[in-house]
Amino acid sequence: MTGNLRLGFHAPDSTAELAHLVAEAADTRTPIEVRGRGSKHEVGRPVQAGSVVSTERLAEITFYEPTELVVSALAGTPVVEVEHLLAEHGQQLAFEPVDLGPALGGKPGQASVGGVLATNFSGSRRILAGAARDHVLGVRGVNGRGEAFKSGGRVMKNVTGYDLSRALAGSWGTLAVMTEITLKVLPAPKETRTLLCFGLTDATAVEAMCLAVGTPFEVSGTAHVQEPLAKRFSEQDVVKARASVTAIRIENFPGAARHRTSRLKEKLAAYAPSVELDTERSRRFWSEVKSLKMFQGSERPLWRISIAPSRAAKLVGIIARTLDIRTVYDWSGGLVWLETELTSDAGAVEIRRTLAEFGGHATLIRAEPGTRASLDVFQPLDPPLMALSAKLKAAFDPVGILNPGRMYPGI
Amino acid sequence: MPHLSNGAPDPAILARREEILRQLAKLVPAPGLIVDQEGRRTFETDALTAYRCLPLAVVLPSTTEEVSKVLRFCHQKSIKVVPRGAGTSLCGGALPLEDAIVLGLSRMTRVLAVDETNRVARVEAGITNIAISQAVASQGFFYAPDPSSQLACTLGGNIGTNAGGARCLKYGVTVNNVQALRIVLMDGEIIDIGGDHLDAPGYDFLPLIIGSEGQLGIVTEATVRLIKMPEGSRPMLLGFDSSQAAGACVAGIIAAGIVPVAIEFMDKPAIHVCDNFAHAGYPLDVEALLIVEVEGSEDEIVALLDTIAEIAERYVPHVMHVSQSEAESARIWKGRKAAFGAIGQISDYYCMDGVIPLSKLPEALLDVGRICKRYHFEVANIFHAGDGNLHPLILYNANDPVELERAELCGAEILKRCVELGGCLTGEHGVGIEKRDLMPLQFSPADLAQQMRVKSVFDPGWLLNPAKVFPLEGRTLT
Repeated sequence: MTGNLRLGFHAPDSTAELAHLVAEAADTRTPIEVRGRGSKHEVGRPVQAGSVVSTERLAEITFYEPTELVVSALAGTPVVEVEHLLAEHGQQLAFEPVDLGPALGGKPGQASVGGVLATNFSGSRRILAGAARDHVLGVRGVNGRGEAFKSGGRVMKNVTGYDLSRALAGSWGTLAVMTEITLKVLPAPKETRTLLCFGLTDATAVEAMCLAVGTPFEVSGTAHVQEPLAKRFSEQDVVKARASVTAIRIENFPGAARHRTSRLKEKLAAYAPSVELDTERSRRFWSEVKSLKMFQGSERPLWRISIAPSRAAKLVGIIARTLDIRTVYDWSGGLVWLETELTSDAGAVEIRRTLAEFGGHATLIRAEPGTRASLDVFQPLDPPLMALSAKLKAAFDPVGILNPGRMYPGI
Repeated sequence: MPHLSNGAPDPAILARREEILRQLAKLVPAPGLIVDQEGRRTFETDALTAYRCLPLAVVLPSTTEEVSKVLRFCHQKSIKVVPRGAGTSLCGGALPLEDAIVLGLSRMTRVLAVDETNRVARVEAGITNIAISQAVASQGFFYAPDPSSQLACTLGGNIGTNAGGARCLKYGVTVNNVQALRIVLMDGEIIDIGGDHLDAPGYDFLPLIIGSEGQLGIVTEATVRLIKMPEGSRPMLLGFDSSQAAGACVAGIIAAGIVPVAIEFMDKPAIHVCDNFAHAGYPLDVEALLIVEVEGSEDEIVALLDTIAEIAERYVPHVMHVSQSEAESARIWKGRKAAFGAIGQISDYYCMDGVIPLSKLPEALLDVGRICKRYHFEVANIFHAGDGNLHPLILYNANDPVELERAELCGAEILKRCVELGGCLTGEHGVGIEKRDLMPLQFSPADLAQQMRVKSVFDPGWLLNPAKVFPLEGRTLT
């Protein structure tokens, strides 16, 4: 028995109730905005829906077995709660979930586990440890028919049936409402060291970062921050340098971390690494990278570009000829955060035209709702892939009620 | 008689075989089309040899465009297609159908590009797993997933089953190591997914295709991640008087914050057979053996192995031995990697691939032993202990149809137990035909329906490897 879905905000406190709400919405073809804790609500194309279904009351860590390296949490659980529990046991989410909230004008630490997976925004350690999606072992969710389903499980290796769990990563709530997520966790490193080089050009910095990640020392983070943004770090050696900063991180057991850092320093001699941060200073520095401190307190449009590292600096150089931009490179150059001037299209035409020559894709992370509604927030896909995406959407959500239009028109 | 059915062949397709072969001959030049009975015989089975079936024909294209032409033709004529890499599937994933063609990728084996800066290589999907690592070894890189069959198995097959291996405890499985795919859909459309950048622009189709057992499309090219070789690596052997102690030691190592490259487990029967085969120097008087491998500089290796030895002491090991030379390390790994072959020399075996949560390891091993005893089978256990992926080998006589059926029942019971313990039916071998009818043990009808709807997105007519993965009855086709 289903009735009409009430307009307004719904925060069911059980999966069954959530499934019931979605089934009602499906019956009446009522679009709903799917939300976790809302920390990334201002990202993506605005959803036109009279009802919101939030998972914020589905907040509980349901399983944690440190010796199995596995944690399960309901989708609305704040990811910081999971991180705190893991830290008590010397473990962590190795993909280092990005905390976008503060850069969007919100508070830190508001993201939900479901939101982290639904957006698949992974932090600096992604180059070594993989993305959020790589750490998903299983998902429970409700599809657009209002049917509860599960995929995967709680074990490390699993090829039993199709991997719907990882496919839901980065789907922005348009395929299903995730209700419970099981993640692989890893031991937290005992020691962290960071080498800093100052004043490198973008091209030289990317070269240094690629060299670093191509060593056997398991570099777990590389970032290059252009000069006007570098001074926003609280690390005084960075502020005082008044120059771009290129940071390279090594994490390991203390002896290994020290050995690897000194070997890496030799390899990078040509780039003159002049400061070495210890564990405490390193952790503060990288937590500021993780929360995009460089871009906080600004309302200028912010883009996230994924590209092969070897082409990143050149891409940015060309865009900089026509747009006033400030840039941060992460993932040894493979991830470019690009803040542009306030223009009517947030620089979309120029950025996308340049990207078309270079390969890769761009997502508009921060912009006024009007801007986000009027242009492609996500990278337009080639027609065959777009057609396949529409069919995949229909396979999960045949009447198109889950976050309609959040990613693409009709999707 | 083996009890799993391919389903009834379509008599209309069988009747049109000659015409179909004539058409195929126009699409794929002669060496790439096998129609004679003797030639097809080579492809009638895979590593699940109890099941055999002669296909209509075998097509071995040498380009993506040829694959596309063949699939478009088969799509138009409603002819089923069974993809095949090297035919090393242990679950009947490449078992042909009487009314299907087999499409093999054995002629598409090239390395197309190696990009050191971005640490990726683009290769054709018919390349063997080991050949990728060999091609980039001189630059100091390797491709991480390393299934035991890596000398023979193809990357395309690895993608089909999301293959793992021993090293995946540290480096992840196939889905974690592939960045892009070129895939041909059943209607012949060629689609590129991903690239030399790290994440997907819209939906991430890679994890759907990787592990889909050739049911969504034919992968013809892939861009794989390359990993820099470590400065060094070394295994140590830890022998215990009981499987329980070995299992507890594995949990102890991981709880201490150490994730070795590999933690492999063998029980007594496996130790004896493997050592006899490879002269690996395994201790023969222990009930359970762990091979623990670590990586790093010389100092790091020594420090890590010392720490592991300290942890292991708590579980009273009977033997603790660190490899003393490269040659010894190679022997130790040869014994493990050759395990299936070694056991194959003394008996036919039926290899299981269930996964259990690590904390249930002792319980699972006791249950495996108990179940096999009840069916009157000897069993050898070899598995990836770090991730709970069990490979019980049920020893039986394949020439006795009654024994085969009993072995299958025994295996099914083991897998059922794995699911009950919180695990799953298959960790890295795939569902194929073998575990197809067990899927309802792990999934509800709604779970399976959602997966099947995804199949229909890519292949609405269910022509690609259709007899696999999902029970034949009660399928959700739209």
